[in-house]
Amino acid sequence: MTAGTTAPGRAQISARTLRTDRWWVQPAVTVAVLVAFIIYATIRAFQNADYYSAPYISPFYSPCLATNCVPGSSEVAVFGGWWALSPALIILIFPLGFRLTCYYYRKAYYRGFWSSPPACAVAEPHGKYTGERRFPLVLNNIHRYFFYIGLIFNVILTYDAVIAFRDSTGAWGHMGLGTLVLLANATLLWLYSASCHSCRHVMGGRLTHFSKHPVRYKAWTLVSKLNTRHMFFAWASLIGVALADLYVALVAGGTITDLRFF
Amino acid sequence: MGYKAKFKVWRGDAEGGDLQDFTVEVNEGEVVLDVIHRLQATQAPDMAVRWNCKAGKCGSCSAEINGRPRLMCMTRMSVFSEDETVTVTPMRTFPVIRDLVTDVSYNYEKAREVPAFAPPEGVAPGEYRMEQVDVERSQEFRKCIECFLCQNTCHVVRDHEDNKTNFSGPRFLMRIAELDMHPLDAHENRAQEAKTDHGLGFCNITKCCTEVCPEHIKITDNALIPMKERVADHYYDPILRLFKRTNK
Ligand code: SF4
Ligand code: SF4
Ligand code: FES
Ligand code: FES
Repeated sequence: MTAGTTAPGRAQISARTLRTDRWWVQPAVTVAVLVAFIIYATIRAFQNADYYSAPYISPFYSPCLATNCVPGSSEVAVFGGWWALSPALIILIFPLGFRLTCYYYRKAYYRGFWSSPPACAVAEPHGKYTGERRFPLVLNNIHRYFFYIGLIFNVILTYDAVIAFRDSTGAWGHMGLGTLVLLANATLLWLYSASCHSCRHVMGGRLTHFSKHPVRYKAWTLVSKLNTRHMFFAWASLIGVALADLYVALVAGGTITDLRFF
Repeated sequence: MGYKAKFKVWRGDAEGGDLQDFTVEVNEGEVVLDVIHRLQATQAPDMAVRWNCKAGKCGSCSAEINGRPRLMCMTRMSVFSEDETVTVTPMRTFPVIRDLVTDVSYNYEKAREVPAFAPPEGVAPGEYRMEQVDVERSQEFRKCIECFLCQNTCHVVRDHEDNKTNFSGPRFLMRIAELDMHPLDAHENRAQEAKTDHGLGFCNITKCCTEVCPEHIKITDNALIPMKERVADHYYDPILRLFKRTNK
């Protein structure tokens, strides 16, 4: 155990914190919501059913890349008949990696799950701390690669929303509540990506002379504005993805029928 | 209207000490520092407290009030209810000298370890020309009043005394960011040094520095994360390195 606030020379106060507010609410809520999401997503990813109801596909299963995808849901079956598991498991690693390495979620889980620290000026329970300097946490530095891959997913999920303007027979000129749900989901995912810190860096953050790059400076300014809301977009898009999946699951399972606008 | 408030103030020195109870008058419009001064004037003439400006600009009166790192002169008594006990302790990351006064030399040592601004070659002082857009970003960091509340709150050193050797803390990593983003600074490798010499990798971006900064500087979002991204450019992005991009 290395000494923290009780180290020799510091003011001798034995309390772990003297905070009188409910500092534990925030980490507790973070953990509750993330755990709920993880449980839901795990069940749905392994369920391998109720993820497609033409023209809607669940974001957990898109792109559907195996021959065992339900008919109509897959356009490129890269994984042949040998893939017997749920096709969601092929792709979910990427959005998972994107969120696990996200600067905001890092803060959320370091505080919520690892109590490092649980809240500001509340002593953490760990004897040693090395931060993000060692394996595995040093891997968080590859966040930008997940950001790039996330963009590909955004394009695919936007495509899913666009083809949801076709009806179940493939004829254009349809719109249902499901179309709206997929559109909203894609929009939130774009906002989440666009407000990403790596995006901000790539756009212009790495420059020293904005004056020499007026277009990138503009882009950086715009992304910086979105970036101040990154936490909001992180939660909104996470809940959005779960709700979009739930909607498709309910329609595909026959619990509800899609509300058709035209 | 005035009222009698209950205070607990930590008193002692490096050898030991404890929270002592006081009941003290509080008047409308006062801040915590006013009340500490009243204690000095009426009940505890030898109570040690450091202060200068009483305007949130000198950064001297940093302490912890009800466990939260804050400036005593900028904490209004009106944020507490009249029956609430207000607890005031010195900052808990630095060695205590006496009562509310701590020895903040850790911060001055870390400040000295940051290489100074390096003037560009062939440009005489007085000939420096910069575009406003190029300096704007780092100007935010110059609002710093060196209160060291961020350094005090950062769990890397607050909870782990042994990390003080290798970690410069948010205030000085921000100083490196300021210089690295400066359009005229000629010092090479600031980002690399942030990692190797100043321990940027210890920071896990949990944002407590940002939460306590009385100047509302977005330390984590605008200095630390951008520096982490610059470090990633150099160490963790093999594809980018293939292109040998210059970041000028
Ligand atoms: S964001 Fe980093 S530097 Fe700031 S308090 Fe947290 S760990 Fe320390
Ligand atoms: S960055 Fe903010 S909290 Fe840190 S020393 Fe400067 S003013 Fe104080
Ligand atoms: S920082 Fe959150 S997605 Fe990149
Ligand atoms: S006395 Fe100067 S900041 Fe409080």
